[in-house]
Amino acid sequence: MEEKIGVFICTGYGIGEAIDIEALSKVATEEYSVPYCRTVRSCEKSDLNIIVEDIEKEELSKVLIAGISPRRYEEDVFPGDVIVEKLGLREHVVWSQPPNEEDTQMLAEDYIRMYLTKLQKFEPPEPFQPEETLNKSILVVGGGVTGLTAALEAAKTGYDVRLIDKSEKLGGWLSKQYRSIPSKPPFRDLEDNGIDALIKEVDEHPLIKVYRSAAAARIEGAPGLFDVSLKSTKNGKTEGEPLDTFRVGSIIQATGWKPKEPRENLSYGKIPDVIRNIELEEMVKENGKIVRPSDGKEVKSIAFIQCGGSIDKKHHSYCSSICCLNALKQAMYLREQDDNAKAYIFYEFIRTPGFYEDFYRKAQEEPGIFFTKGEITGVKNENGGKLLVSALNTMPGDNIEVEVDLVVLAAGMIPNSADGEAIRALEDAKITAEKGETDVQRDAAKEKIAKLEEHEGTEILNLGYRQGPDLPTLEYGFPDSHFICFPYESRRTGIYPAGSVRQPMDSLSSKEDAAGAALKAIQCVEMTDRGEAVHPRAGDKSYPDFFMQRCTQCKRCTEECPFGVLNEDEKGTPLLSATRCRRCGVCMGACPERIVSFKDFSVNMIASMIKAVNVPDEFEEKPRILALLCENDAFPALDLAGQHGLQYSPFVRVIPVRCLGSVNSIWISEAISTGFDGIILIGCKYGDDYQCHFCKGSELAFARGDNIREKLEQMQMENQRVELHELQISDYERIPEIFNSFAEMIEEIGMNPFKGM
Amino acid sequence: MKSNAKPILVIGGGIAGMTAAVEAAEVGYDVILVEKEAYLGGRVVQMNRYFPKMCPPSCGFEINVRRIRQNPRITVYTLSDVEEISGQAGDFKAVLRVKPKYLTGKYPVDVSVVEKLTGERNNDFNYGMDRTKGLYFPHDMAYPHGYVIDRETLSDTDAGVLQGSMPDDAIDWEMTDEKIKVKIGAVIIAAGWKPFDATKLDTLGYGQYQNVVTNVMMERMASNNGPTGGEITRPSDGRKAMNVAFVQCAGSRDENHLPYCSAVCCMASLKQARYLRDKNENSKTTVFYIDIRTIGRLEKFYYDMLDDANISFVKGKVAAISENPDSKNLILDVEDTITRENNHPEFELVVLATGMAPNSINIKFPSELLLNDYGFIEGATNIEGIYSAGCSKHPCDVSSTTKDATAAALKAIQCLIGGEE
Repeated sequence: MEEKIGVFICTGYGIGEAIDIEALSKVATEEYSVPYCRTVRSCEKSDLNIIVEDIEKEELSKVLIAGISPRRYEEDVFPGDVIVEKLGLREHVVWSQPPNEEDTQMLAEDYIRMYLTKLQKFEPPEPFQPEETLNKSILVVGGGVTGLTAALEAAKTGYDVRLIDKSEKLGGWLSKQYRSIPSKPPFRDLEDNGIDALIKEVDEHPLIKVYRSAAAARIEGAPGLFDVSLKSTKNGKTEGEPLDTFRVGSIIQATGWKPKEPRENLSYGKIPDVIRNIELEEMVKENGKIVRPSDGKEVKSIAFIQCGGSIDKKHHSYCSSICCLNALKQAMYLREQDDNAKAYIFYEFIRTPGFYEDFYRKAQEEPGIFFTKGEITGVKNENGGKLLVSALNTMPGDNIEVEVDLVVLAAGMIPNSADGEAIRALEDAKITAEKGETDVQRDAAKEKIAKLEEHEGTEILNLGYRQGPDLPTLEYGFPDSHFICFPYESRRTGIYPAGSVRQPMDSLSSKEDAAGAALKAIQCVEMTDRGEAVHPRAGDKSYPDFFMQRCTQCKRCTEECPFGVLNEDEKGTPLLSATRCRRCGVCMGACPERIVSFKDFSVNMIASMIKAVNVPDEFEEKPRILALLCENDAFPALDLAGQHGLQYSPFVRVIPVRCLGSVNSIWISEAISTGFDGIILIGCKYGDDYQCHFCKGSELAFARGDNIREKLEQMQMENQRVELHELQISDYERIPEIFNSFAEMIEEIGMNPFKGM
Repeated sequence: MKSNAKPILVIGGGIAGMTAAVEAAEVGYDVILVEKEAYLGGRVVQMNRYFPKMCPPSCGFEINVRRIRQNPRITVYTLSDVEEISGQAGDFKAVLRVKPKYLTGKYPVDVSVVEKLTGERNNDFNYGMDRTKGLYFPHDMAYPHGYVIDRETLSDTDAGVLQGSMPDDAIDWEMTDEKIKVKIGAVIIAAGWKPFDATKLDTLGYGQYQNVVTNVMMERMASNNGPTGGEITRPSDGRKAMNVAFVQCAGSRDENHLPYCSAVCCMASLKQARYLRDKNENSKTTVFYIDIRTIGRLEKFYYDMLDDANISFVKGKVAAISENPDSKNLILDVEDTITRENNHPEFELVVLATGMAPNSINIKFPSELLLNDYGFIEGATNIEGIYSAGCSKHPCDVSSTTKDATAAALKAIQCLIGGEE
């Protein structure tokens, strides 16, 4: 289609009363020679239909609607092959500026210039279609309850599945359970663990291929194109024997958990009759009864010590979620074995959420199960017979002692994850320690090795990714990335952690989690097949294009991509795996040579928008401030500021960006050379509790901001001319203060000395 | 992937329903999302912050709305409910009732008209703590983004004023309930929860003493766009609340009321104690609990609070609350479970950590839909092809809800595929 641009200026919502529409139209028709420009009364249904009619009648290929904010259109009524850009005159001009002022008009006109420039530079994205056919099968790593369920759920949805488990037997921890906690009403009765039936169903399903005693030796590639090679394992350890190679489309990591060593004062490992809950479970499962390990005598009394390795701030500062339920269950085992037996449960808090309260109630009704809050001060075994447990601050008294046959500690659960980034850092440090150029470098590397040593040999997925062989992890080693709103997301596209590897959970919850992860894995292969991005830019068909001839192998993009999209060849040239890409543009922001661009979002496009602004000369005393806003939080906040009628400096020109991490520093220099007096960058919260949808994008922007400010100083300019802020949508009230105080500061330090040069 | 599969009907447009809808639609299936309110988001958009990150719900909500808005596979009906579902798995028929919106959507609403209206209604969004006119904007992040008419609140004069402010065909007062019949393959019930009615706790003084509020009201008070503009104040005199008690298990874990644990109230109160510490400098907070249930990695949030000398935790269930008629302060009757002492501490504001009750569902199903003793619905219901998710299934937090909803989306898809073969 030949390019023909049409502009529709909305006069409703008070826009027509606040702005000189004729003058605004002239910017389009005269300055930009737009062949078709008209006004519409509103951006509501009937007027949108008029626009659609005009698009067809006038054969428009690109359209600018200057009316309400792009976020306020409820549905897309426009023909798919037409590019429609929306400019929020209402929110960003009329609602935030006084009507009919010169500065308000200048702002509106600049936005027309900027958005027309954007349209001119905008090319329709073409979905990524590799030469090879994209694979839609799913690899499940881990054959416990989560992995088995995930495999079965995906297969039931019609997808081929490969399931691998490092041990000979499937079933994980659940298969070691004598009985399970109740999973259905009335939530009072212990249940069969159900694992044998589950394993059988998986084994017999025609779409599932199971590999026992197998681990991933290497996983290369990307969603739709993951090449997996397996090696054999023996007793859970890698033997290195190659087993099979195959291709899958996406991966579910259901590697479960491992027990944490209990606290020292609990005498675990020193007194044989102090055992952990997992050992009691295995004992009952194997022998059908509870006996003392020391003398084989039947146990008549047990002290259950909760949080034996969990919620001690110094030891393990999260709750393992299921230990309370397990203690109730095991106390019931004891009561089943012997009607006169006694179970003492020492807890900090009993945690039986939801309907499990009924299970707790049942245990409370049981004579012979005693509950008390208390701090355990020690476990002693002085005469070789019974154990003496002493506790402080209990409900029966300040300081009590209980004599029991057996002590059972609740073992904390640690995720079976590997920190891919730390493993990679360890590898890098080893190389530097050996080949570093200076002693200082080599010593620093050695120190780093000492710190990271624990990650040695912990690989699970063995991903062929430049940024490391496993998923990056958050606090405590959980490999997810946004656990509240988007719990399956990780920082490696197409790899979804599920079950207790992402947070401790019971088997009922693990099954649910497995089904959810199966959906995400299926969704990923389907979206990848359609050439679309997955969360959070779901459906985006653009992807980055690298103009390799100008690449200097600086490795910034390969190091900074939050999702590990880019590998490197030996020289350090980035190798794009397009289906790993989340389209945040962090690579584009990183590249000093500006070789990365998207069809619909590029360095050149934004630079041109910046240059399109009419900058008054210094004598007019009208500064210009560029504000680059993250479109996920800061830009919606700007809408809200408008909606609430908050007024701010008319000198600010806002451009939304995909992520603050996509901001290339050339835009700052372009702005300065265009005559802008200052630049504000607003992104999402970063750090441990980051809210950035691209995890690292905002953080990287802040780090780059420091470099930019240094450069300003080198140019003999005040470094205050660039300011960075974190902002959440709900903080929209801060926008006027941010803009206005920046404008005041610019007034104080004076105009950009390069203005007009 | 199956093409030509029938759509999935998702009942409820809160975080569970929205999540189920987008997750299924992004796989490639059609979804019909039905919400009874005028906007999507349900209870989460009424929250000020999420625990434990203290991040605003609007952040994730924004992404989800974007996913819904741009996905042609999702059809959203607000101010709507489902009357009847008939047929069987893979081949259901549903009757939707879309309530009249009166605004034809042809013209923008003249915002200045709102002030000229006289009739007022209790603002449910703020749990009745303030009022709106008969033409109102539900909340900042409302999607769909538009004014809503509550016909019953508008006086005849109001209706005339409103009509006069816009072109003739902007409003159609003749609009009535619209019945829409749709063919669907599977159903996800995500009808959500409502706060337990605290007036049933007759010894705790809610509804009787002004300064006894509930946890959901606290969320609105702490919100910048709430009824107090983000100030946590005493309803009786508008003063900042400086000494506040949280009464845990107000209704929950109580065989006379909600025998189950509502799973979120501990974290909700801890989070609200943080609001207080952040907003009201030097304020003191006491949490009266049976057990602090901060499960999984939420535990750290509790542990970090132990370092704050102005927040104390007392194990004990509050038996009764009385009011000092002069100061309107509240006096608690509570036994400390550890020391066995009976205490009567006084507070300026009391927050009841009321639990979650499932929203009732008034739909004619092909056969009777079984609820458990507490009114919740099993994930895989007794009717094949109908699933439940989120707080329709069990009391749970946002993270568990989104997980549930994603799982339910898969179950529904499996049903569509089965139904086609």
